[in-house]
Amino acid sequence: MSTLLEVSGISVTFDGFRAINNLSFQIGSAELRAIIGPNGAGKTTFMDIVTGKTRPDEGRVIWGEKSENLLKLNESQIARKGIGRKFQRPTVFEDQTVFENLLMALKKARSPFDVLFYRRSGHDRDKVEELAEEIGLKDELQRKSGELAHGQKQWLEIGMLLAQEPRLLLVDEPAAGMSPVEREHTTNLLVEAAKTRAVVVVEHDMEFVRRLNCKVTVFHEGSVLAEGSLDHVTANQDVIDVYLGR
Amino acid sequence: MERSFFARNPSALIFIACLAGFTLLITVLAEGFGADVISTSMVKTLGKTLCLCLIAIAMDLVWGYCGILSLGHFAFFGLGGYMLGMWLMFERTKEIVVSSMANAPLPPTAQEIRDGIGTQIFGVVGGSEIPGIWLFADSLFAQLALVVLVPGLLALVFGWLAFRSRVTGVYLSILTQAMTLALALYLFQNDSGLRGNNGLSGLQNLPGADAIPQSTMSIWFLWASAAALALGYLLAAWIVGGKFGSVIRGIRDDEARVRFLGYNVEGYKLFIFTVTAVIAAIAGALYYPQAGIINPAEIAPIASIYLAVWVAIGGRGRIYGAVIGAAFVSLVSTWFTGGQAPDIPLGFYTIKWVDWWLILLGLSFVAVTLFAPKGIGGLFDLIEGRIAPNRHGADLGPDMSALREKEASE
Ligand SMILES: Nc1ncnc2c1ncn2[C@@H]1O[C@H](COP(=O)(O)OP(=O)(O)O)[C@@H](O)[C@H]1O
Ligand SMILES: [Mg+2]
Repeated sequence: MSTLLEVSGISVTFDGFRAINNLSFQIGSAELRAIIGPNGAGKTTFMDIVTGKTRPDEGRVIWGEKSENLLKLNESQIARKGIGRKFQRPTVFEDQTVFENLLMALKKARSPFDVLFYRRSGHDRDKVEELAEEIGLKDELQRKSGELAHGQKQWLEIGMLLAQEPRLLLVDEPAAGMSPVEREHTTNLLVEAAKTRAVVVVEHDMEFVRRLNCKVTVFHEGSVLAEGSLDHVTANQDVIDVYLGR
Repeated sequence: MERSFFARNPSALIFIACLAGFTLLITVLAEGFGADVISTSMVKTLGKTLCLCLIAIAMDLVWGYCGILSLGHFAFFGLGGYMLGMWLMFERTKEIVVSSMANAPLPPTAQEIRDGIGTQIFGVVGGSEIPGIWLFADSLFAQLALVVLVPGLLALVFGWLAFRSRVTGVYLSILTQAMTLALALYLFQNDSGLRGNNGLSGLQNLPGADAIPQSTMSIWFLWASAAALALGYLLAAWIVGGKFGSVIRGIRDDEARVRFLGYNVEGYKLFIFTVTAVIAAIAGALYYPQAGIINPAEIAPIASIYLAVWVAIGGRGRIYGAVIGAAFVSLVSTWFTGGQAPDIPLGFYTIKWVDWWLILLGLSFVAVTLFAPKGIGGLFDLIEGRIAPNRHGADLGPDMSALREKEASE
C-alpha cells in the first residue's frame, strides 16, 4: 500500500513547552487509523500541524505520490490538496441551513469568481441530498444547522468532510457527547469512508476504538509510544503505565 | 435548475417597486417638475439620502455579511466625490474664465485660459499652478473612470496588505480608521493639490448646463441616485444570495473553518472590500454634486462610524435593513440638528436637540445592540411571522416605512 501522508521528526514548542516531540507518523491511501493518548498528549496539535494551522519548529510533512511539502502551504491550499478536518467541538455554520452547509463544502472550484458565478445544477442538488441521507439529516435540509442536536451537528460536520471528497480525513473526537446509538452510526460512517480514503480518528473511548477495528497509534507527551492492533498496544507495558493503568 | 432571481429575492422586487414609487411621488410633488409642494433643497436632501442608503448597502456587505467592521468606507465615498468634483469644478471654472476673456481685444491663448483657471481655483490656497493630479480634469470620461479606479485601487492595496497579514477584528477596524484619518489629514494640507480645507465647491453647477435650473437638476440627480441605489441593491442581493453569500457569512462567523474547507479567505475579503469600496465611491460621486461642496472633514473617521451606527440600527446582514437604517437615522439626524426639533424646557434646564441629538443617537445605538440586535429590520421578521407563509404581495414594502418617515419629517 502506498503512503499518502508521511510526517517525520516534527517538534513544536509553545512557550518553552514541548507539545510535539520528534513525532513521526505514516498512513496509506485507504486506511483507517485510530490515535489514542491521554489529554495533552498532542493529538490535536498534530492535526493542527498537518492542516497548516500550526507550523512545526522542525520536521517534515510530505503528501501524496508527488511527495509535496505541505509545510509550504497555507490552510486552504492544504484543504484543496485533499485533507479534510473535523474539529473536536462541532463547528458548522449555525446561521445557515444544513443544505447551505453541505453545498459550501461540496468539491467545486473555490476561487471567489468561480463561486460568484456558480449556478447550482441538479447534479449538485442530488449529491447534497445523497450526503444528507447518508448522515441521517435528509429531513433537516432546510433547517438552520444551529437548531440541530449536538450529535446531528457532529454528523453534519462529517457530511461536510465527505462532501469535500478528501483523500485524507482527520477526525478529532467525533463521538464526544454522543449516545450509544449515535456512536454506532458514527462508527459506520467512518468505517465506510475509510474504504476509499485514509481516515485518522482521535478518540478517548476504548469501546469506540475497538469497534473501528483498525491499527492504533498511541501518543504520549508529544511522541508515538506504541503502534499496532488494539490488543497489541493495550498489552504494551508502557501504554498500560501511562494511559490505561491510571 | 434554480428559480429566477426575483423568485429567490422577493424583497428586491418589493424594494425596487417602492423606490420607484417614492421617486415618482417626489418628482410629482417637486418644485421643478410638478406641484411645487417639495422645495428644491428638500429634493436634494432626499437625493443625498438615497446615496447614503447606497453606501449603507456597501457597509452591510462588508460588515453585516462578511464581518469586516471597516471604518474607511466614507474615505472611498469622499474620494469618489473628489474625483467627479475635479471635473465639475475645472470645466465650470473654464467656462467662467473663457466668458470673462471673451471681450478682450485678442482671443485668449490656451495658456492664458489655463492660467486663469489655475488662479481661480487655487488662489485660495495661495497658488496658481494646476497640480499634476488635475491632468485629466478636463475629461468627464477620465474622471468618471477615476471615480472607480482611485478608491478601488486604494482598497485593493490596503486590503491586500491588511488581510494578507491576517489582521482581524478590532485591529482591522483601527487600521481602516488610521487609513481614513491619514487620507483626511493629507487632504487638509494646502499643497495636497485639492484645495486643502476649502475642498471643492460649486459642484451643483453642471458645466454646459447653465440653462437648466437647479429645481430641474435636482430631479435628475434624484433619479440618478435612485437608479444607482436600485442597481446597488440588485448587485448586493445577487452577491449575497448564492453560494458566495454562504461563504462570506461563513467567514464572518468562523473564518478558520472556512479556510479548512479550502476557501482562500483573504481573497474573499479582498474581493468584498474592494467591490464595496467602489460602490461607496459611486455613491459619493452622486452625493457631492447634490451637496455642492466637498471638503476633507467629510472623510474624517467619524463619518464611517456613523455609517456603522446606521447599519446597526437598521439591521445588519439584511440589505433592506441597511437602507432603512441609513434613511431613517440620517433624516432624523437632519431634523434634530437642523434646529427643527422643538426644545424641551425642563424648568431648570432646556434640552436643546442640536446638542443632545448625538447623545440620543448613542443611546439608541447601545439600546439596539443590547435589546434588538436585528435592528429595525427585525420588525419585518415579526410581520412575516404573523402573515407567513405567504409573504408575496405584502404591500408594505421593506423600505416604505422609512420613506414614509422621510415625508413625515418634512
Ligand atoms: N496554541 C497553544 N499554545 C500553548 N500551548 C498549547 C497550544 N496548543 C496546545 N498546547 C498545549 O500542548 C499540549 C498538547 O495539546 P493537544 O494537542 O490539544 O492535546 P490533546 O489533543 O492530545 O489532548 C497541551 O499541553 C496544550 O496545553
Ligand atoms: Mg484534543
